[in-house]
Amino acid sequence: MSLNIIVLAKQVPDTRNVGKDAMKADGTVNRAALPAIFNPEDLNALEQALRLKESHPGSKVTILTMGPARAAEIIREGMFRGADGGVVLSDRAFAGSDTLATSYAISAAIKKMGDYDIIIGGRQAIDGDTAQVGPQVAEKLGIPQITYAEEIEKVDGKDIIVKRRIESGIETVKGKLPLVVTVNGSAAECRPRNAKAVQKFKYAAVPSEVADDEKKREFIAERPYLKIGEWSANDVNADLAQCGLAGSPTKVKSIQNVVFTAKEARKIENDDAELENLIIDLIANHTIG
Amino acid sequence: MANFYKDNDNLKHYLNHPMMEKIVELKERNFADADKYDYAPQDFADAMDSYDRVLEIVGDICANVIAENAEEIDHEGPSVKNGRVVYAAGTERNLDACRKAGLMGMSMPRRLGGLNFPITPYIMAADMVSRADAAFENIWGLQDCAETIYEFANDEQKQKYIPRVCEGETMSMDLTEPDAGSDLQSVMLKATKKEDGSYVLNGVKRFITNGDSDIHLVLARSEEGSKDGRGLSMFIYDKRNGGVNVRRIENKMGIKGSPTCELVYKDAPAELVGSTRLGLIKYVMALMNGARLGIAAQSVGISEAAYREALSYAKDRKQFGKPIIEFPAVAEIISTMKAKLDASRALLYACSRFVDMYKIYDDIAKERPLTPEEKQEQKYYSKLADAFTPLAKGMTSEFCNQNTYDAIQIHGGSGFMKDYTCERLYRDARITSIYEGTTQLQVVAAIRHVSTGTYLNKIKEFENESVAPENEGIKNTLVFMTQQYADAVQTVFGVDDQSFHDFMARRLVEMAGHIIMGYLLLEDVARNEDFRKSLEVYVKYGQAQVAAHASFIGNFQPQQIEDYLYKEQEETSQAEA
Repeated sequence: MSLNIIVLAKQVPDTRNVGKDAMKADGTVNRAALPAIFNPEDLNALEQALRLKESHPGSKVTILTMGPARAAEIIREGMFRGADGGVVLSDRAFAGSDTLATSYAISAAIKKMGDYDIIIGGRQAIDGDTAQVGPQVAEKLGIPQITYAEEIEKVDGKDIIVKRRIESGIETVKGKLPLVVTVNGSAAECRPRNAKAVQKFKYAAVPSEVADDEKKREFIAERPYLKIGEWSANDVNADLAQCGLAGSPTKVKSIQNVVFTAKEARKIENDDAELENLIIDLIANHTIG
Repeated sequence: MANFYKDNDNLKHYLNHPMMEKIVELKERNFADADKYDYAPQDFADAMDSYDRVLEIVGDICANVIAENAEEIDHEGPSVKNGRVVYAAGTERNLDACRKAGLMGMSMPRRLGGLNFPITPYIMAADMVSRADAAFENIWGLQDCAETIYEFANDEQKQKYIPRVCEGETMSMDLTEPDAGSDLQSVMLKATKKEDGSYVLNGVKRFITNGDSDIHLVLARSEEGSKDGRGLSMFIYDKRNGGVNVRRIENKMGIKGSPTCELVYKDAPAELVGSTRLGLIKYVMALMNGARLGIAAQSVGISEAAYREALSYAKDRKQFGKPIIEFPAVAEIISTMKAKLDASRALLYACSRFVDMYKIYDDIAKERPLTPEEKQEQKYYSKLADAFTPLAKGMTSEFCNQNTYDAIQIHGGSGFMKDYTCERLYRDARITSIYEGTTQLQVVAAIRHVSTGTYLNKIKEFENESVAPENEGIKNTLVFMTQQYADAVQTVFGVDDQSFHDFMARRLVEMAGHIIMGYLLLEDVARNEDFRKSLEVYVKYGQAQVAAHASFIGNFQPQQIEDYLYKEQEETSQAEA
C-alpha cells in the first residue's frame, strides 16, 4: 500500500552556535546573525518518512514548511535526501505567528493538500522549544497523534505501530491512520544527501525565488519536478483573523539572559524535617507547585 | 558542521584548474546527456557546480561519519566467521552512508548507473576519505576496479556488474599469492575451461584487500603448462555464485579496518574478461595504474590528517612558557610537512588530469575515430599519465610516511602513546609505500621516463612558461636544479652498466620529482597566493635534496657499487673462520 506522507519542517536559526548578537534588543531572535538550518528533529522525522517510503513503494513524501521564500532551501535539502517535493507556506499575513497561529495555518495547508495518511514532524524546533505545533495540528485536523516517536515500526493497512520514548523507557503503541506523529531527536539520524538527487533537484525553487530570472523560470517550467509550491494565506483559504500576530495570543513580555550556576548547592540530610523544609523552599521559589 | 571539503580550499583550487574545462567537455561529450538524464549537467558551469556540491556531501560524510568511526574501527577491526568477513560495526555505518549518498561508481557512465565524474573529482573524494580513515578508503576506493570492467569486459558483463557497483556492492582485485607478490608472473591460481566454455578457479590467494567483496577481479593461470605472465588471464568472480572462502585475515600494523584476506578457491565459477593471456600484461597493468593513483590519493589524505594533527598540537602545547610552534626547530618541521603535503597534492592532481585526458580519449575512440589532433593529444597524455603515476605514487607515499613520522615527533612523548590520532596515522601510512608496488617498483616504472626524457621534456615545457617577475628567482633555482638533474642523468646513463643504472635510479627519479613538484607549485602560486609559503619552503627543500643526489652521483665511481652488493661468499668464509 502506498502512503501519502506529509513532513512538517521548519527552517530555524542554528541556535547551537549562538554568538552575542543572537538576540535583538526587542527580545526577538536576530535571524540574520545565525545560519538558517533544517530543524534537527524535523530531519529525524524526515528519515522516518523516507523509511516508510522505502517499505511502501509508490509512497510520496511532501515537505510542508512555513516561512519566507528562502525557506525553500530546506525543501531542497529534503529533496536531496529523498523527499518528492514540498510547499512553502509564505505570506506577510503569517508573520509573528505563535504556535496557535502556526498550527492554524499549517492545518489549513494540509486541508488543501487533502489526501494524506501520515503527518510526521519533529518533536520541537530548536528556536522556540515549545513542542506544541505538532499536537495542535492534530487537534485542528481532528486526528489522533503519537508524540515522542523513536521509530515507526510498521504501517499495516490503517494501523500504525510506533515506538515512543518515555521517561522510563520505550513504549510501543498502535494507532489508526490518518494521524500525526512527532519524532524525538533520539530517533535514527537522517540519511545523507544523495549525489544524484542533489544534481537532479539543485535548481528546484519556489516561483518567487526565480521571479527575476526568465531562463530559470523556463528551465523549471520544462521540468515540473523542480517546482516547489508557494502558497499564500489566500491559497489555503485561511481566516486572516487567526493568522500571524492577530491570531497569536502569546505575547513576549521580555527576554532575559539566564546564567545557570551551581553556587546555591546545599546539602540535605535524609530526614523528614529537612525534606519538608526543602519542599517548602521549592514551592516558595516556584521550582515546584 | 565540520566538512573536509569546505575546510580545505586546496581541493577547490585543483577542481578549478584551467584544464578542467577541456576534461569536462570531453567527458560529457559536449553535454549530450543533458536531455537524457535528469541529473546530467547542462554545461560546464553546471557540471562544476555539481562536482562542488557532491564533494561537499563527501566532505560532510568524511568529517561527521567516517572520521568519527575511525578510532573505533581501528580497535575493533574485521573478523572472519564461517569463511566470511564481518566488518567492524563502524565500517558498516560508513558503507551505509556512502551507499545512501550515492558515492559508489562515481566515475562510471550514467547509462550504467554512475555519476559520470571525471577521475579528478573522484580522486578528490578519495583524498578526503583517506584523511578521515585510510582503512575505509581501501574498501570504498576499490570501486575503481569497475574502471577495468568498463574498459575491457564485454557489454553483457558491463551491464551485469557495473550497475551493481554503482548501487554499492564492493570490489576486490585478487592478484597476490603466497609465491607471487611483486613478481606477479608467478601467479599459480588455476583457471580451468569447462566444456560449455565457462571457467572454474582453484587455488589460493593471499593479502587480498577486502577479499570477501561482492565482485572480484581475479588474475589466474588459464594456459596450462605456461610459466610466465603470458599464461595469465583475468576473470570476474561473483560472490553470489559461491566457491571462494576466506581462510583467515591478517593481523596488520595499520589500516586495521580493512580486511586483508587469504582466499581459498574451490571450483569457483568465473567469467573471462577480454581475451586470454592478456590478464597480466594488459588488464592488470591498467588496473594497477588506477590503484596506484588511488594510493597516491590515500597518501595525500593521510599527509593532510598528519599535518593538521601536528599543527593543532604545536599551537596548543606550551613548553618554556610558549606554544612549541614558536620554536624555530618545531616551525621548520611543521612548515616542511605542509610543503610536502602541498607538493604531493599538486603532483596527485596533475597526474589525475593526465589520466582523465587519455582515458576519455580512449573511451571516445570506442565511439568514433579520433581526429589526428585528438590522437596526438591522447598519445601525449597517455605517456604523461604513464610517467606521472609511478612518480606520484612513489613520492606521495614516501612524503606521507615522513609526515606521519614528523607528526609523532611534534607530539613528543604523547605521540608515542595510543591516545593521539597521530599514532594511528603513523601505522596506517606505512603500507602506502609498499602495496600496489613498493617505492622501489615505482622507480622501476619511472626510470624509463628518466632515460627517454619524458620528465625532462615536461620540465622544459614548464620552463618555457613565463612567470611573474616576483617568481623569477624561484624559477631560476628550478632551472639550476634541472641542469643538475640533466647532468646526473648523463653521468648515469653514460655508463653502460645496467646494475649501475638500477642503483642510481631512485635518486634520478626523486630529482625529477622535486623539480616537477616545484614547477607545479609555481603554477599554483600564479593562480593562488596561498601557495606562496609552500612553494618557497618546498623549493628550498627540493634544492637541497637535488644537490645531495647530484653530489652522490657525481662523486661515485661505477665500480664502487661493489661495496654495496651483498656477497654470499663473505658470509660463508666468515662462518668457516
